[in-house]
Amino acid sequence: MIAINVTRKLFGANGVLDLHFETTIANGELVTLYGPSGAGKTSVLRMLAGLLKPESGSIRIDGDVWFDSATAINVRTQDRGIGVVFQDYSLFPNMTVRGNLEFALQKGQSVKIVDDLLELTQMSNLHDKKPAILSGGQKQRVAVAMALVRKPRLLLLDEPLSALDSLMQSKLQDYLLQVHSQFKLTTILVSHDVTEVIKMSKRVLIMENGQVVKDGAPLEALPLDGLRFVERDGKLP
Amino acid sequence: MLEFEPFYLTFKLALTTTIVLFVLGVPLAYWLAFNHTRWKVLPEAIVGLPLVLPPSVLGFYLLMAFSPQNVVGRFLESFFDIRLVFTFPGLVIASVIYSLPFMIQPLQSGFSMVPVSLVETAYTLGKSRFTVLTRVLLPNMKAALISACVLSFAHTVGEFGIVLMVGGNIAHETRVISVVIYDEVEAMNYQQANVYSSILLIFSFLVLVSVYTVNRKMQKVHYQS
Repeated sequence: MIAINVTRKLFGANGVLDLHFETTIANGELVTLYGPSGAGKTSVLRMLAGLLKPESGSIRIDGDVWFDSATAINVRTQDRGIGVVFQDYSLFPNMTVRGNLEFALQKGQSVKIVDDLLELTQMSNLHDKKPAILSGGQKQRVAVAMALVRKPRLLLLDEPLSALDSLMQSKLQDYLLQVHSQFKLTTILVSHDVTEVIKMSKRVLIMENGQVVKDGAPLEALPLDGLRFVERDGKLP
Repeated sequence: MLEFEPFYLTFKLALTTTIVLFVLGVPLAYWLAFNHTRWKVLPEAIVGLPLVLPPSVLGFYLLMAFSPQNVVGRFLESFFDIRLVFTFPGLVIASVIYSLPFMIQPLQSGFSMVPVSLVETAYTLGKSRFTVLTRVLLPNMKAALISACVLSFAHTVGEFGIVLMVGGNIAHETRVISVVIYDEVEAMNYQQANVYSSILLIFSFLVLVSVYTVNRKMQKVHYQS
């Protein structure tokens, strides 16, 4: 289980935001973080990843302390055993598809998982190609596969599909659900797409101004006017 | 008659300087690119000094420092039996300082051009800073690496003031092409000076053409990706 309770002042275009994020997430759960731009969703993900230091609070996972301001513990990103997929794919342009996945291997880890993930992501036939020639959907499949290589304790997905067209989004959502059911990874997905939240998760945390304002099943927690938009044209309210 | 040795000495000096600068420059440029303290402006200004300082000023202070009559020179001579003034190693040290910005600035901007998300992704995969440097940063800034090395090499080939101040004009040791050209002009051997100068001119032109060509190609690759 992940228990997070962190605070931090964030400085953005809309002034200062007092972020205070507190929740617990069960092992194997897929939770979505939903909210408007600037609500603090990505900052929460970056704090979980160790890329942004909270000012106070704690982050614990299965009894291990990742961050605790009281005891000055702050485990490095490298040592957290996480997988992160960013919106902009973040593939290493100097390596082939296979090279990207092999780069993610940990010391002593068998290379077999690379072949398994290439097969799972249907990228085996493009394994020797550089990321530059791949389509957006293919790049994102490689990015997800790369995040899975080290068998992370926590998978963090920061709007991974927002740069893709709706058909590709739908396909990759199915693929992410398949990955989740197969690997049973605790997963946090940041999204500002209502349809994606409803399709992908049984639990959504809605953030506004740096706070969780609602926590529950998407159909109950999401704003009603948002759902009307979903019914009408499937777009964001 | 055209002498071969000044060419050999010049290229030996430029190559040694470039190698030393690369070894020192990568960690220094890395630090400058990723360190965000406000005091960073001080080392940045020091690195950039040779760009604005007359080489003779730099050469004068190095000559003073290396002189056995002063503290540094005396220390080196009495403890390590090393004399830097009017020697090839002294010339290398002077050239390294003189060409420092030509190595550091392209490297620093190369480091800054690599997307931060690539570095962060590598950290999330458990990779150390050194692995990120060698496997992610350096391979994705090849244009900057080539520019930095070629410009440092070419700048060292073309230096004169600092060479004359620190190295003097000692045959087989510090008599590089730029000094030979000066000598030939002083002796009114314009024909000979013209030959040496033409070779340097063509060399410098070809170096710049190759740097711009490589940068163009690299930019195209970057754009496509």
